Amino acid sequence: MFDNPELMKAIFGRLTLEALPLHEPILVATFAAVAIGGVAMVGALTYFKLWGYLWKEWFTSIDHKRIGIMYVVLALVMLLRGFADAIMMRVQQAMAFNGSEGYLPAHHFDQIFTAHGVIMIFFVAMPLVTGLMNYVVPLQIGARDVAFPFLNNFSFWMTAAGAALVMASLFIGEFARTGWLAYPPLSNIAYSPDVGVDYYIWSLQVAGVGTLLSGVNLIATIVKMRAPGMTLMKMPVFTWTALCTNVLIVAAFPVLTGVLALLSLDRYAGTNFFTSDFGGNAMMYVNLIWIWGHPEVYILVLPAFGVFSEVTSTFSGKKLFGYTSMVYATVVITILSYLVWLHHFFTMGSGASVNSFFGITTMIISIPTGAKIFNWLFTMYRGRIRFEVPMMWTIAFMLTFVIGGMTGVLLAVPPADFVLHNSLFLIAHFHNVIIGGVVFGMFAGITYWFPKAFGFKLDPFWGKMSFWFWVIGFWFAFMPLYVLGFMGVTRRLRVFDDPSLQIWFIIAALGAAMIAIGIACFLIQIAVSIKNREKLRDWTGDPWNGRTLEWSTSSPPPVYNFAFTPVIHDNDAWWDMKKRGYQRPADGFKAIHMPSNTSAGIILAGLSALVAFALIWQIWWLAIVGFLGLIGTAIGHTFNYHRSFYIPREKVVETERARTQLLQTARA
Amino acid sequence: MKLFRNFALLPLLALLGGCNAIVLNPAGDVAIQQRDLVIISTVLMLFIVIPVMALIVFFAWRYRQSNTSVPYDPDWDHSTHLELVIWAAPLLIIICLGAITWMATHLLDPFRPLGRTAPGQAVAHEVKPLKVEVVALDWKWLFIYPDYGIATVNQMAAPVDQPIHFRISASSVMNAFYVPALAGMIYAMPGMQTQLNAVINKPGDFKGFSANYSGDGFSKMRFDFLARSEADFAKWVSDIKATGGNLGRTEYLELEKPSEGVAVRKYASVDQQLFQLIVNLCVQPGKMCMHEMAAIDAKGGLGLAGVNLVQSIEYDKSARRGSAPILAKTYVASVCTTDAPMGADMMDVQVTPVSSTPLLGAGLPKPAATFQSFAPRPSNS
Repeated sequence: MFDNPELMKAIFGRLTLEALPLHEPILVATFAAVAIGGVAMVGALTYFKLWGYLWKEWFTSIDHKRIGIMYVVLALVMLLRGFADAIMMRVQQAMAFNGSEGYLPAHHFDQIFTAHGVIMIFFVAMPLVTGLMNYVVPLQIGARDVAFPFLNNFSFWMTAAGAALVMASLFIGEFARTGWLAYPPLSNIAYSPDVGVDYYIWSLQVAGVGTLLSGVNLIATIVKMRAPGMTLMKMPVFTWTALCTNVLIVAAFPVLTGVLALLSLDRYAGTNFFTSDFGGNAMMYVNLIWIWGHPEVYILVLPAFGVFSEVTSTFSGKKLFGYTSMVYATVVITILSYLVWLHHFFTMGSGASVNSFFGITTMIISIPTGAKIFNWLFTMYRGRIRFEVPMMWTIAFMLTFVIGGMTGVLLAVPPADFVLHNSLFLIAHFHNVIIGGVVFGMFAGITYWFPKAFGFKLDPFWGKMSFWFWVIGFWFAFMPLYVLGFMGVTRRLRVFDDPSLQIWFIIAALGAAMIAIGIACFLIQIAVSIKNREKLRDWTGDPWNGRTLEWSTSSPPPVYNFAFTPVIHDNDAWWDMKKRGYQRPADGFKAIHMPSNTSAGIILAGLSALVAFALIWQIWWLAIVGFLGLIGTAIGHTFNYHRSFYIPREKVVETERARTQLLQTARA
Repeated sequence: MKLFRNFALLPLLALLGGCNAIVLNPAGDVAIQQRDLVIISTVLMLFIVIPVMALIVFFAWRYRQSNTSVPYDPDWDHSTHLELVIWAAPLLIIICLGAITWMATHLLDPFRPLGRTAPGQAVAHEVKPLKVEVVALDWKWLFIYPDYGIATVNQMAAPVDQPIHFRISASSVMNAFYVPALAGMIYAMPGMQTQLNAVINKPGDFKGFSANYSGDGFSKMRFDFLARSEADFAKWVSDIKATGGNLGRTEYLELEKPSEGVAVRKYASVDQQLFQLIVNLCVQPGKMCMHEMAAIDAKGGLGLAGVNLVQSIEYDKSARRGSAPILAKTYVASVCTTDAPMGADMMDVQVTPVSSTPLLGAGLPKPAATFQSFAPRPSNS
């Protein structure tokens, strides 16, 4: 059987033993480490009999809070992978001078920078943002769950399936060697005939389904499920940014799906959308991918802006300055983000009028963004600022982000872009806004809402350590790149011939090492906080003297979030309730209608990953079987009549009484 | 303006002291103007960025919780005047910057013929720019000098203070042509032609490279840009003429194959049609050129008969980059005539469309008329 190549091909497609990177020592060592870690984890889970618990309480959970937490966990795991890639690049670039080839061959290095970009955007930043929105939005609007709880679980597992495919490419075959947006013709079958680009396409397609559905879900939630009295202009700012972000997701992600579908037709079916021959045109791909790609930037950063608004207002003990203009600024950014995509390729030779149009629309975005910065500034004005960790992240964000914004507007001037495009200046710019904006925002958000999710605060000492290493490390890692950009150094270079550049790369590598310590401190912070959780316990549910509804429930909130749907009179609803001497109702509870857990989401996503894997390796029979299984499971799920249940009144009474007691002991 | 510019340069120069920041200290007039734009925009934005950063630090310090001597106003959340200011201040900056952008983008459009070679030095009407045809190959640069009939690989030279007109294309994937000392970059794309107009003002040896990732050998896709006096440039040309060697279609197909870190090569003569053949993706004899296909399509195409023209490609590009493709690569065979057995002659073909707006619609001319110029001698008539 093994000596019949036709048969082997029919069974295994392109998958052969060659696909396992046994000849790459770095990968073998990584695989060994992952395998040992994996076996240890599986062993531990089995030993402590946790599989049933994980399956029943987490994997099949449709509780938006648990799904939100799983998103964040996924993002943190993927952060370690994406950051390992970053460190490898920094070391390679710091080494490869004076004729040295460094330690990474092109084949390896090119996969690393591609994987770094893909992982950081799609599987770190996106799940962080979606996770926070999932956790916080229903609580902020006084809802018991999202609009489509099962869909929410399915979305998460699709994202996780995409991440799993990217991880699989590390050990089975290879990842794309095209850069994170896989521009054709390089990503066409003619120049990337291996499985790398197929891994890229299918992992993003699978994860994209999840992202799109979670966008639909959160829009429906925000539009339809707000507590009575919460008009649009009384929504918390984080919910506003979540709404705008999800509108962007729903409008932009289908474009990504479409353009990747065309690319896969080029690769699988021999069409010529983006090839050079037969009238195909790669410029079309570049336009389409950035029509998704630019809104994507705002998809990531708007929720971070929302976090900063909540944090600034809470820790300054003040209402947010200029709520209305903050909302309008968010909406204006949402709309304008569709009118700027061409600034990613001024150098493609569009006419001067087209270039200036897109340059100027890009600059216009800085006006509402600038207004936001001023709004946070004047929220601090005449406040009483508590420098807890989330507020420290916010101040660091404001100082860092204005620099990133400035270099961004600079790059929006087409002739200036001609000399800085694709240079390390550009790399410094977008890390400046994505780390300084999104990552700082997510850390602020995680620290801010952690006590809500787990019932105890994160340890402030290790939080501050993580903060300082991250912030200082960021400046050390990226300021040299600005300088290198002015020295005419372009991105994605593996070796260098000018020895005067080396010192800057070494500084950047030291910066990256500091960030690594920052990440380690964050993980230590979580471990220390779990150990000291009794000391850090939040009994009140309102550890920061918060302003919005999520702080009116217990920490962690009960499954049903709110025993009674609150009625809203002010946009800082909880602050308003506290001010007017709100008393928790002690009786009159009713049974609460809640959705039931289901395993359909994880099964469907698992089958999707299987189909994607089969398509990547061209194992056609498996793709067909998997697809039929997918359809069958989806139809089967429609016959599931156990969609919801009632939490009995006694249970609610008991939970609420326990909470009343806790509050009394906390007060005493 | 001049004074202001020099003043603004000081902190930047201090920051970059000791390192060779070529983008801030270029040698060509276009790059110098682009550098000035970088500095002017930065200074303009610093007018707002510095006060904002100072205010962030000041407010954060002044309104810290432990400082109870300052007023605390927990319900103050609106001030119409302040809101007007915070929207108007960035707006004003952006209006200035937008105006500068509009003008500079038009003046520094890479496709626009140069109006000057240095401040105050207008280009006279009769001055013909030096023509250079650039092709990004896997992974080296080919330069063709149509005026001199010579070609070089990974090295180019140009006389100082003379306008240079580049036509830029690529053989396989996207690259970007960039000489930081000379002018900003522009993409080099297969099947397409971009242009760059520039001038170098100081003699010297500068570096050029690809600024758009293009695969394995990308890091070493570098070339030397030699800025020479007129006499030295003439000598450079005559030296190449003397070395001998011809770059024809066959030699090009050989050269085009992927290779890394290629040493400088020089060709005393070059097929005059080569660049047009490269742009039209038909260097390989017998392959239909894009302009021919466009002309046929503009007339309504060949219908189903066109299928008969699709041939399997003999050499395949993918095999040169890795494992074999799943699909056989195909191409369209050229339509040949008795007087042009290898397909239409490229020599006199004007590939620039007459009108760049081939719009269809009621009252508009059919696009066939627009693209007529692609095929002055239609080969199937």
